[in-house]
Amino acid sequence: MEKSKVWKFNHNVDTDQIIPSQYLLLPTIEEMKAYTFEPLIKDFAKQVQPGDVIIAGENFGCGSSREQAPRVLKELGVRAVIAGSFARIFFRNAINIGLPAIICKEAYDKVKQDDVVELDMSEGLLKIGDETLTCTRLPEYMQTILNAGGLIEFLNKEEVE
Amino acid sequence: MGYTCIEKIIMKNLGQNHVRPNDIVTVNVDRVMIHDIFVPFVADKFEEMGFEKIWDPEKVVLIYDHLVPTSRVEDVRHFQIGDAFAAKYGIKNVHRGDGICHQLMPEADYVKPGDVVFGTDSHTTTYGSIGAFSSGVGYTEMAAILGTGQLWVKVPETIRVTIDGKLPAGVMSKDVILRLIGDLGADGANYKALEFAGSAVDSMSIASRMTIANMSVEAGAKAGLFAPDEKVAEYCGVSIEEIPDISADENAKYAKEIRYKAEELVPVVACPSSVDKIKPVTEVEGTPIDQVFIGSCTNGRLEDLEIAAKILEGKKVADYVKLIVTPASREVYRQASEAGILETLIKAGAIVTHPGCGLCCGRSGGILSEGERVVATNNRNFLGRMGPSSVEIYLSSPAVAAASAVSGRIALPAL
Repeated sequence: MEKSKVWKFNHNVDTDQIIPSQYLLLPTIEEMKAYTFEPLIKDFAKQVQPGDVIIAGENFGCGSSREQAPRVLKELGVRAVIAGSFARIFFRNAINIGLPAIICKEAYDKVKQDDVVELDMSEGLLKIGDETLTCTRLPEYMQTILNAGGLIEFLNKEEVE
Repeated sequence: MGYTCIEKIIMKNLGQNHVRPNDIVTVNVDRVMIHDIFVPFVADKFEEMGFEKIWDPEKVVLIYDHLVPTSRVEDVRHFQIGDAFAAKYGIKNVHRGDGICHQLMPEADYVKPGDVVFGTDSHTTTYGSIGAFSSGVGYTEMAAILGTGQLWVKVPETIRVTIDGKLPAGVMSKDVILRLIGDLGADGANYKALEFAGSAVDSMSIASRMTIANMSVEAGAKAGLFAPDEKVAEYCGVSIEEIPDISADENAKYAKEIRYKAEELVPVVACPSSVDKIKPVTEVEGTPIDQVFIGSCTNGRLEDLEIAAKILEGKKVADYVKLIVTPASREVYRQASEAGILETLIKAGAIVTHPGCGLCCGRSGGILSEGERVVATNNRNFLGRMGPSSVEIYLSSPAVAAASAVSGRIALPAL
């Protein structure tokens, strides 16, 4: 299993907190990513390391339909977002762009900021200290899109087949 | 066992006589809406996917509303890219400043009862008010719909909300939906459809129903539906017989049923910074404010401006308070002007702006400053939505907003 540092977030993290509206006008995700989580953590984009994971409470990604929210996280190298539950548009967007959005009800209460956890995405296992939690599996159709790397890759692959 | 409203719309769309919650189905899309903020990203992904044409350009509506009129030089790029995309792929339905997308889609006849509609905006749920299954998607999915005309969806479970009786004076449909979001929580309807019924709903105008459908997404709902009735038929300019039967069956199965007595509902606000932090106005009455905003796809329609004018008639906006009124569309603007509503508002000291999303999306038209407090009729009070994170946003009905503008403090409307 691969080790990842934890960034812990609360319940109901909305898309305006992930990437505030005023930055949606920047022409590229590359430029936008510097402002990720700006209302919550000033230097998140500088501090986060590729391979880190986000662990949050219920309803992660509620609010707007902005796909830039999962995009900036992916662009910063966030390996997966693990939450008690996800708002539906964020969840679809995350899978469609190839960012693993993993539902694990118990993780939130068991981790602290900066903990190191081990995540096995193929088996859906999350190891926190000595404890191994089982994450909810995606519906097969969504798993296929995620495995392909996202919707574009999935559609392109379908065409070839 | 019978079917709920959303199940019937999906069955009609698929030409099937059976679906159940959690089925994953591929629906044929009747209409899509793309707005100015996301059009460059949709265009980019559409080309990246290698599509050569749009499945049916007639079914695509492009609306410039978030950036109209522009507030920064770089905004123009979105119109340029949108116009070039529309020209290249034959999109004729382009609105450049006619109003907010969720007002225009039903108003300009792009949505009919029973339709399946997707938009690049979470408040696309608004068209549930006229019996359409409509929901928000990201820009990559929108690009895929443009190429294929289809989208996979999971058939949602339904929560039925019944409101019987007569709403007291000064209680608007906004108070109903805020109360419901407070009771359900911001994730209480995640992945589910809300279905509204009852005598209080029957007597609501289409505009009032739009407010409820619009904010259904704030409880996480995929759709907020009202079975079409005579009012919907009239609004859509069709006879009731022409509307497909999508009313829920008596024996439909619901995930949950919630009931309210209209007489027991009171004016409420959503306190900063969460849509489900609902309190009766009486609990926060007297809180000093700096600004009031009446507008948005939630509450910028004629009846909203009308009730504000009724409250502001012959009065003045409190010193140091800015009252910003934004009609939801050019048509609403025109009607409000013709009915003398704008004159009343202007005389009371309101700043009446052009139709658009401006302040609600924190882009233009009254952005607040550090530590300021606003009473606003839109749909979100998230941290940093209308200015810096220290701005406090209280969401309310237009009646509470107007009364607060007069008193300079959060206030109950005297109606």
